[in-house]
Amino acid sequence: MTTTAVREPVRPAPPGAPRRPRPGRVRRIGLPYLLLLPALLLELLVHLVPMVIGIVMSFKELTQFYIRDWGTAPWTGLGNYQVSVDFSAPVGEALLHSFLVTVAFTLLSVGLCWLVGTAAAICMQDTFRGRGLLRALFLVPYALPVYAAVITWVFMFQHDNGLVNHVLHDQLHLTDKPSFWLIGDNSFWALLTVSVWKGWPFAFLIVMAGLQNIPRDLYEAAALDGAGVWQQIRRITLPSLRPVNQVLVLVLFLWTFNDFNTPYVLFGRAAPEAADLISVHIYQASFVTWNFGTGSAMSVLLLLFLLVVTGVYLVLTSRGRRAASDA
Amino acid sequence: MPSSPMAPPRSFLWTRRVVLTLLTGFVLLPVYVMVSSSLKPLADVTGEFRWLPSGLTIRPYVDIWSTVPLARYFVNSLIVAGAATVCSVVIAVFAAYAVSRYDFRGKRVFTVTVLSTQMFPGILFLLPLFLLYVNIGNATGIALFGSRGGLILTYLTFSLPFSIWMLIGYFDSVPRDLDEAALVDGCGPLGALFRVVVPAAVPGIVAVAVYAFMTAWGEVLFASVMTNDATRTLAVGLQGYSTLNDVYWNQIMAASLVVSVPVVAGFLLLQRYLVAGLTAGAVK
Repeated sequence: MTTTAVREPVRPAPPGAPRRPRPGRVRRIGLPYLLLLPALLLELLVHLVPMVIGIVMSFKELTQFYIRDWGTAPWTGLGNYQVSVDFSAPVGEALLHSFLVTVAFTLLSVGLCWLVGTAAAICMQDTFRGRGLLRALFLVPYALPVYAAVITWVFMFQHDNGLVNHVLHDQLHLTDKPSFWLIGDNSFWALLTVSVWKGWPFAFLIVMAGLQNIPRDLYEAAALDGAGVWQQIRRITLPSLRPVNQVLVLVLFLWTFNDFNTPYVLFGRAAPEAADLISVHIYQASFVTWNFGTGSAMSVLLLLFLLVVTGVYLVLTSRGRRAASDA
Repeated sequence: MPSSPMAPPRSFLWTRRVVLTLLTGFVLLPVYVMVSSSLKPLADVTGEFRWLPSGLTIRPYVDIWSTVPLARYFVNSLIVAGAATVCSVVIAVFAAYAVSRYDFRGKRVFTVTVLSTQMFPGILFLLPLFLLYVNIGNATGIALFGSRGGLILTYLTFSLPFSIWMLIGYFDSVPRDLDEAALVDGCGPLGALFRVVVPAAVPGIVAVAVYAFMTAWGEVLFASVMTNDATRTLAVGLQGYSTLNDVYWNQIMAASLVVSVPVVAGFLLLQRYLVAGLTAGAVK
């Protein structure tokens, strides 16, 4: 590995440590802000200001008639939210369905990505012949541009000329007739397959990096005490990965839950009901029906949900970590 | 394990063999389909799927350039992703240096805010951003909507949070004594940054650049809304092969391969830096 040069991080001085006074103090106080300014301005322009506009829009009746000058659209108070969460009416019912599909999809996809990525990383902790090649190979799905990779899967899932039906129907005779994979109920599993194929290498990459920070002597000591490989994995590797996993699972969750690119390239604008992920659903609610007010309200609800989940997750996992380190 | 005095038991070796073989098959299957189909004549990809081509042809690689204006999309993607990468890396270096080396009011607020933008669903600010760009265009005459500039601006903020986060960790691992020494030698703070900290953190910076380029090269959602005929990028342009009467799957596969090669090759060449950067920064 090439990481030896960076293995020993030197922690910066603690924040409270006294600093030697230097000439030009005033300039030095302003300097950090100056350095941050470009990043801050861009984040404001592209993320924070639009987010505020989005929240304002969610309280307006913003249909295509007002899109040229959206400031003049009439206020509707909580009207858009009422439409969105009225689960007995078509709009709310569709949103709830899409939300539940997304939750199921995200849980399965994140679970599988983590499992496969961790298993692969642990398998490749040892050095063996061809390890470097295999590692590069495993990272290919992550490196491929989403649209190029997903469009290949679209071809494989074709009804008449795709590989999947050729193998399952023509060669293995598992199905009575060729199945449809990109419409109907099967589309959920097609989406999950593509998502895991695309997502597990990221988990693999992060876990692999995390494994390199586990001190070797831990394994040596355990081996001297007679612990076998399986026990070493359970007692040393997995517990040491906890802090890495805490961040990794959260990032995977947010990316998967918000994923737009994969379903959009896989199904086009109109996703089948069984694979109607929330991002595409909102996109459709906004750009196909030109109802931006309701679309914004749905986006805000989505953001609130993600905030709550992230908050609860961070509180729970940090408490777990603290309990573990106290024990 | 690596330095274990005992050889791993057979059960572990077999599990490892099975897991790695299955994964290799899973990963390679679409890659094989992409490569083999891109060399097939059209008849092979319209009928039942064939594992082996009936004959090899490089026609798809010739035709892709005329079926859709692929070269133009390619140049657009190159300009957008390249410019977004350069800007993103420079801005991230400045920001990470400030956070890593200075104590100042609002430091925590800054890092938390920047990182939390990562969790926003893109769909939430797609439409407001589109309206904002249109309004800025009307008010100042700076065309952001539909232009490459608007896309560059958008994409560079996508990679900023992760880049800053990773570089903070990386800069923290560069000993402070080094830039203190440079300061004593009469370098300004920026001199210390560029002469000492940046050279010591090259792997981290390369990793961040790779990440920024890949992010911009692969983005679909904003590209599909914010580009027009002249500025269309590959992410949207590639779908042009399937909106025609026939679906030229061999050409689609050839085009997918052509647009993937620059990023995949770059990524594989530089992936060890990414792993090193993650080890030093992100997962510490």
